[in-house]
Parts: sequence; C-alpha cells; structure tokens
Amino acid sequence: MNANLTSAQDKVAPTPVLVELEINPEEASQFCDSIKKVSNVDINACYQCRKCTSGCPVAYAMDYTPAQILHAARLGLKELVLSSSTIWLCAACETCVTRCPQDVNLVKAMDALRVMSLSDGYKSKEPDVANFYRYSLGNIQLFGRLYELGLMGRLKLATREFRKDISLGLGLFKRGKLKLMPDLGALGETRRIRSQVRKLEKR
Amino acid sequence: MIYGYYPGCCLNSTCKDFDTSLRAVLRALDMPIKEIKRWSCCGSSAVHIASRQMAVSLPLANLAKAEKQGFEQLLVPCAACFARFKFAWHEIEEDPELRQEVEQALKHKFTNRLKILHPLEFFATDEMMKRVASARKRDLSKLKVVCYYGCFLSRPPDHFDDPEYPQTMDRAMRAAGAIVLDWGYRTDCCGGSFSLTRTDIALKLTHDILDGAREVGADAIVVTCPFCHMNMDARQGEIEAKYDTKYGLPVYYYSQIMAAALGAPEKEMMLQMHFVHRQGVMEKAGSNGD
Repeated sequence: MNANLTSAQDKVAPTPVLVELEINPEEASQFCDSIKKVSNVDINACYQCRKCTSGCPVAYAMDYTPAQILHAARLGLKELVLSSSTIWLCAACETCVTRCPQDVNLVKAMDALRVMSLSDGYKSKEPDVANFYRYSLGNIQLFGRLYELGLMGRLKLATREFRKDISLGLGLFKRGKLKLMPDLGALGETRRIRSQVRKLEKR
Repeated sequence: MIYGYYPGCCLNSTCKDFDTSLRAVLRALDMPIKEIKRWSCCGSSAVHIASRQMAVSLPLANLAKAEKQGFEQLLVPCAACFARFKFAWHEIEEDPELRQEVEQALKHKFTNRLKILHPLEFFATDEMMKRVASARKRDLSKLKVVCYYGCFLSRPPDHFDDPEYPQTMDRAMRAAGAIVLDWGYRTDCCGGSFSLTRTDIALKLTHDILDGAREVGADAIVVTCPFCHMNMDARQGEIEAKYDTKYGLPVYYYSQIMAAALGAPEKEMMLQMHFVHRQGVMEKAGSNGD
C-alpha cells in the first residue's frame, strides 16, 4: 500500500505576506493587557519557537499561522488579529497547549480574541463558523439541552445552502439519530445561568 | 455506591447507540448509575464565543446539581463534555476570584469532594480489566482495531492520560479481547467543530485519520467522542467520494465493543445505527453482524 505523503505537504504553513504596519508601543501593551484580562493568559511568555504552528492541524487553512497571530498580538496589531481567519479556524484541539514549552494557553487566548472581535464589531472572515457558535449558544439558552435539528435548520437559513448535508441529515434521521422534537428536560436552566453570569460580566 | 451519570446532549439524541451500549456494559459489571436530574448542556459547541465566566458556569452548574443530589462520583462518557467539565474545574481551582464569582452566580459552594470520572479510566484499572476479561461471553480475538482518542479526551495534559500517546482505551479493548493495533493518529484532531461549517476541513482531517487506520490494517476504529464518530462514520462515504478511495471501515464506540464482549443482546449493542457496515467485521466478535 502506498503511504500517504500529501498530508505532510498540506501542513506547510501559508506563505507569509510581507506587510508594513505602523506599530504603536502603547497599543501593544494595552492589547496584551486586555487579552490577559479576558483570558488570564500572558502571551508575552511566547518566544516564537513555532511548535504551535507545526502541530496545528488547521494552520494550512488560516490566513496567519498561530505563531504569527501571537506575534502580531504582542505588537498590538489589533485590527490584523481581530479580523484574521485564524481566530475562527482554531479547532480548540489543544495540540499547541500540550506542546508549548512556555505554557502559553493559545486556545484560551483564541477564545478571548473571538469574544473581543465580536464585541468590537469586527466582521468575521468565517461567518458560518461565527454563526454556528452564536446559534448554538442561542439554541441551548432556548432549550437547555442542544436541539440538533433546530440548530441545523437555523444554520441553513443563514447560509442558504439548502442542499448541503441533506443526505447526511436524512441518513441520521433514518437511523433514529435525529430527534424531531427538542428535549425540554432542562428548559430554562441555561437561560437562568446566563442571566446570573451577565451580572458578573458587567462588573 | 451509586454513580452519578451525566449523558449530555449527544448521548441523549444523536448517539443513542453510545448511551444504550454503555448502560448495558455498566449493568453487566454491576455498576449502578443514576442520571443527574435536570442536567443541562455543558456548552461544548457554543462556548467558543462565550465569556470565560459563561464557559465555566455551564459545566459547573451541572457539577453543582450532582453535588446537591448527593453524588460523590460523576461518570461523564462524552469526550467533549468530559473535557469541558475538567476544564471548568481546573479554571476555578486555579483562580480563586473566578471561583467566588461563579459560586455566587450558581448559588452553590463547591465542596471539592465530587470526582469527575471518564468510564474508560474506570474500565482500564487492573481490577476492572480482570473482571471484564473473566466475564467475556463473545470471542473478539479475530477483531483488529485501532483506538482513536481524539483531542477532547486526551488534552489538556494532566487531565486524562498521556496527551500524545494515551493507552487507557487500548487497555480496555484488550481486556474485551480484541487485537489492538498501534498507530500514529490516536490523538489527531478530526475537525469535529467544523463538521457543519467548514466541512472541507473536517473531511480533510478525518481522511488523514482513516488513511492511518487503513495503513496498519485495522478492521475497525474504536472511538470515544460523538463528534469524531459523526465525522468518521456518517461522513465516511463523502470522504471516499471526495478523495476517490474506499475505506469501508466501521467505527464503533468503545462501549459497543465491550457490550459485544460481555454478551449484551444485539439490540443493546445498537450496531444498526451506524452508516458504515462491513460484512464480517462484527461476526468476528461472534455477533450476528451489523
């Protein structure tokens, strides 16, 4: 049997784009501080060994590699970081977290960057991914337990790709894997948690 | 002792096969369980845009319920839920200020007594392996499997087993009598969170893993995570079409393999719920096949 060598090639990071950007030292430390405040992660511990990037299974699809995003964040290049596709394409698999010699929790930092990107009104380069998370959160707040069919339907209304995954959905349904009706065994639970947590976030 | 049981959303809907076969295994091993009352979603698929407080509060609300309902051990079979539970617990242990905030929001003071358990940790203890091996009713000695742990279960470090080369499931499958093959993809990510959005990424990552399983000559892949199962089983046909290849590799939850070994009735193994079937694979386990 032939060994598959293409996957290794696929993993090569995208060609870096040389760009000239204005750097403001004050903004740099401010941006790092706000990441730390939201995530409790100090990205300045990074020494750019790029282990995160070599292990990242999705680096091939990102506009900037994880190590580049970290570096850009340390330079205070907020616009570049918060509008990158990288923050939306992180699969949260934690390969980088496992291997980082400096214990920089990049997954927690990415969570913070997504939250910051949304609250600062940046348009996501991966709108379907952003919508998926948004609708999932809305779905569990409404039902308490995830209602898969409702989530898939909501996503379809947004993407308007009605034919995509139809055979998958039918296959799931045929095998009794998709419930028609939501399970209401925890109705209101998530909404209650949400409203309590909102009070904390405001502080 | 009765173990608390948190099935989570997937085992409650798309993964009835996982839930039913696991309950059969626990029954066969005399482990009484009781589902947590009014459990809610752990937030696994949604927390990526929620605040840190919200991300930890969703799983912790369930841990609070388990404590209030008097459980000391909580079984969490879904790899994604297990990861969220462990993560949340770790976060409040590390950050006393966050702990205080969350305890206030949830109106519950955690006692630290509750232990979060993954069923595999339990099945892979020496004592349990002996019990499983001596309770075997079907012969799996012709079935060659690879154990795929995925990323949620194996990471972060210090949360389950070695994050790069875990062995827990391999041990449990050996106890069930199967031949466990070594391979290099046990903890690679399948792109589960992109299955419905950037499907191309999920297909590519899953394709690499399926290739890896075929290269070592596995009859089947054994998994622990509902998201991995969906990508590998329900999307296998799509991957074969896209990459112009043929795998025909059945994908089982570890609980289905154990249920087979322990002689559970066919209707509790629930093999018929899968997309990929290959004549002869489960017959190696003495079952009527899927």
